[in-house]
Amino acid sequence: MRIYLRLFAVQGAWNYETLIGNGIAFCMEPALRLLPGGVNGQRYNEALGRHARYFNSHPYLAGVAVGALARAELDNVPPAMIERFRTALGGPLGSVGDRLVWASWLPLCSLIALAIFGIGGRPLVVVAIFLAIYNGGHLAMRAWGLRVGFEHGLRVADALAHPVLRRGPQYIGSAAALLAGVAIPLAAYRLVGNDRSLAGSLILVAMIGGIAFARFGETIQGWRLSLAILGLFVLISVIV
Amino acid sequence: MNGVGLMSLIDLLPIAVLGALLGLDVVTFPQAMISRPIVAATAAGAFIGNASGGLVMGVVLELIALEMLPFGASKYPEWGSASVVGGSLFAAQEGDPAGALPVSLLAALCAATLSGWSMVRLRRMNAAHAARKRDALANGSQSAVVGLQLFGLTADFARGGFVTLVAMLAFSPLVRAVLRSWRTDASISLAVATGIAVAISASAVWRVFHGVAHARVLFIAGLAAGAVILVRG
Repeated sequence: MRIYLRLFAVQGAWNYETLIGNGIAFCMEPALRLLPGGVNGQRYNEALGRHARYFNSHPYLAGVAVGALARAELDNVPPAMIERFRTALGGPLGSVGDRLVWASWLPLCSLIALAIFGIGGRPLVVVAIFLAIYNGGHLAMRAWGLRVGFEHGLRVADALAHPVLRRGPQYIGSAAALLAGVAIPLAAYRLVGNDRSLAGSLILVAMIGGIAFARFGETIQGWRLSLAILGLFVLISVIV
Repeated sequence: MNGVGLMSLIDLLPIAVLGALLGLDVVTFPQAMISRPIVAATAAGAFIGNASGGLVMGVVLELIALEMLPFGASKYPEWGSASVVGGSLFAAQEGDPAGALPVSLLAALCAATLSGWSMVRLRRMNAAHAARKRDALANGSQSAVVGLQLFGLTADFARGGFVTLVAMLAFSPLVRAVLRSWRTDASISLAVATGIAVAISASAVWRVFHGVAHARVLFIAGLAAGAVILVRG
């Protein structure tokens, strides 16, 4: 439980040199106390030093690494083998998590919240449903990662072939793409005060503009463009 | 807490603490997405006494934020503290004056830029701090590992709070001043802010799900369903 709670702060010292490395050591530290010699024993210090180095992972899947590496240390696996395993594990945990969580699960939950707003959801309802659905997946993923990591140790690669990790982004992405088509117009309709004619023309123009921007403005980030257009609009609205 | 423009530093401190907490959630702790605009701006609005106003700002920012995926080392706007700023500014405008949404949205986007930049500075500061403790970390010092983690968490909390406070101090009087001189019609103002957000979100869906099979067909099918729902009321 102590390791699980520490996982929520795994990115506490995230930096461009060691990325999530110190966080991995921070999360593993309670398990390393069980090594022969205890806290500040030679095995403890060697292991902690080994895991505070560079490591990359999606934060929600860091538990897989923490569990597997802690298990390897407690099973007295040779340091060289742990190093090789550590190097091999980082990349997949980063890319799988990014695709599943940041590029699928988070947008889907955002779109659900936008759809609920669009059909008239009150503030507490919109926020509560978003947080409940998103964190249902989030908390379960962290717990699953730590459990399979500790259970499988250096054989954890098999667990990473889990269907949710392999096919999840495809299914969740499809659901999110479909929902986006419904949620965005509904949210826009409510934002413009339920004015159907204004909403209709606005959505049509914005969708065509948005898709054209996606196709031809690949090097420009949308929020920067928003900033520039809004700045210009505010200036015109005050001066003219 | 009405009339953000007239707030004193003492009045702004609770908002700054909220900005600090929600800014912390973006990367360092606990990443439960309480920092997403739809949550953070609504919470800020509720803090001011107008949760519905905060939610409107949250939805507009959420539409824009759909585009940004917080991949590890990439640089992106920090929406947690920025949404607190945007939600507070918009929710505090009594009587929903013309221009309140675009002006507050502009302030929130400026705050997101500032806050994103501060996050990069913090990451460099963490790296410098880790470099100073390199030997202790390599030797497996418990205090060095835990200390570095606590330093990063505390610094991120302070960063979010400071950014929120500075943005509120700068933008509260500015928003009031701009709204006093506002000349564009209220419905046009609302349509421009909403239109920009909808366009960016459509572009985000088009880009984010490009790797998903048939995503664009599904999106267009969803749009057709959305249109039917709107037309039929």
